[in-house]
Amino acid sequence: MAGLRLDIVTAERAVYSEEVDMVIAPGVEGQLGILPHHVPLMTVLVAGELRIKKGGEEETLAISGGFLEVRPDRVVVLADAAERAEEIDVARAEEAKRRAQERLAAKYAPGVDVARAEAALRRALARLKVAEMARKRKR
Amino acid sequence: MANVRVIRRRIRGIQNIAKITKAMEMIATAKMRQARERALAGHPYAEKIQQVIADLAALPETGRPLHPLLQRRPVARIAVVHITPDRGLCGGLNINLNRLTADFILKQEVPVALINVGRKGLEFMRRYRRDIVAEFTHLGDRPSLLDTLPISRVVIDYYSQGYVDLVYLAYAQFVSTTVQRPVLRELLPVEPASIPTAQNVDYIYEPGPEQVLGALLPRFVEMEVYHAILESIASEQAARMVAMRNATDSANGLISDLTLLYYKARQEAITKEILDIAGGAEALA
Repeated sequence: MAGLRLDIVTAERAVYSEEVDMVIAPGVEGQLGILPHHVPLMTVLVAGELRIKKGGEEETLAISGGFLEVRPDRVVVLADAAERAEEIDVARAEEAKRRAQERLAAKYAPGVDVARAEAALRRALARLKVAEMARKRKR
Repeated sequence: MANVRVIRRRIRGIQNIAKITKAMEMIATAKMRQARERALAGHPYAEKIQQVIADLAALPETGRPLHPLLQRRPVARIAVVHITPDRGLCGGLNINLNRLTADFILKQEVPVALINVGRKGLEFMRRYRRDIVAEFTHLGDRPSLLDTLPISRVVIDYYSQGYVDLVYLAYAQFVSTTVQRPVLRELLPVEPASIPTAQNVDYIYEPGPEQVLGALLPRFVEMEVYHAILESIASEQAARMVAMRNATDSANGLISDLTLLYYKARQEAITKEILDIAGGAEALA
């Protein structure tokens, strides 16, 4: 089977660059599973977990929105931010989650941007979930 | 003779200055390297995003209006994002940057609004009472993308609200360690034609080409601003490195001149003393 080259880059650094078997990404229109020989695709990503399958192993990264470009032998993720499980600052994500929830609870108060609060919540949840999954896998 | 002591004190003072400038040179070298590495780390992202925008712009016309950040409008007001260092002691860098932007403003027929990044440019533009609409200082030597987002936010908002119709980016381009060129180039509207088009693959766009483009363009602007800032930091540090090396060299030159002078003065004083003693002995004899 032909491989699939996955590159995850952000404006600050290249996060990931390896041959993988399958990528599962959080697209705006739902989860996308990508195998080699996928039809060329370009899509917007939302904050969530990006799962990578490689030789029976699975790795998960938290991404905060971005873009996904798929070509038959290549996948490029242009992420706004991307972190491997071990890079996630759990305390900070917890804090962000709490703040976003507070803002959402006061939805009708003036000065609350619901869409932004929701996006922030999604980012925090994605980070927490990825960190949690990595912890479980280690045990 | 007092002269000897004065010279010795000056030599010691200059030696201390040389130590400081030497240290500053080494710090600047390290910081420059770091800023350049960070700028390079973003290249893959930059290339990809430009390619995708070019691909999208090359799509057949849909008849729908262009994305606001691509629209070219009659120009009633210009904005310049003026990026300068926060600190001095970096040769002529600040002066050249300020002069470039000031000249540009004077040449325009329409009002120019300034979005100022960095203290040196801000002080200059304030003194000349330019129209400063936003200011950002103390970004530090290693700003993250997050730190620069408020700047791009202001740029995008002003442009899409129609407050300005053309946005320029002025910063110090890093050519090499010895050459930093102040440049002023267009940031908005985004000009996809200037980006080389990649191999044309027929992509499926989800949700649709316009949405993808709409989400990409602000990222592109954010990245351009972030990069200009990183490059300007690399330039600042390179300029400081060279300035400090020159300062160290001239301090060392001064030290060797003064040392020579010191020996001469000392020799003179000793000769005089001996003459005095000899004269005294002769008078006694």
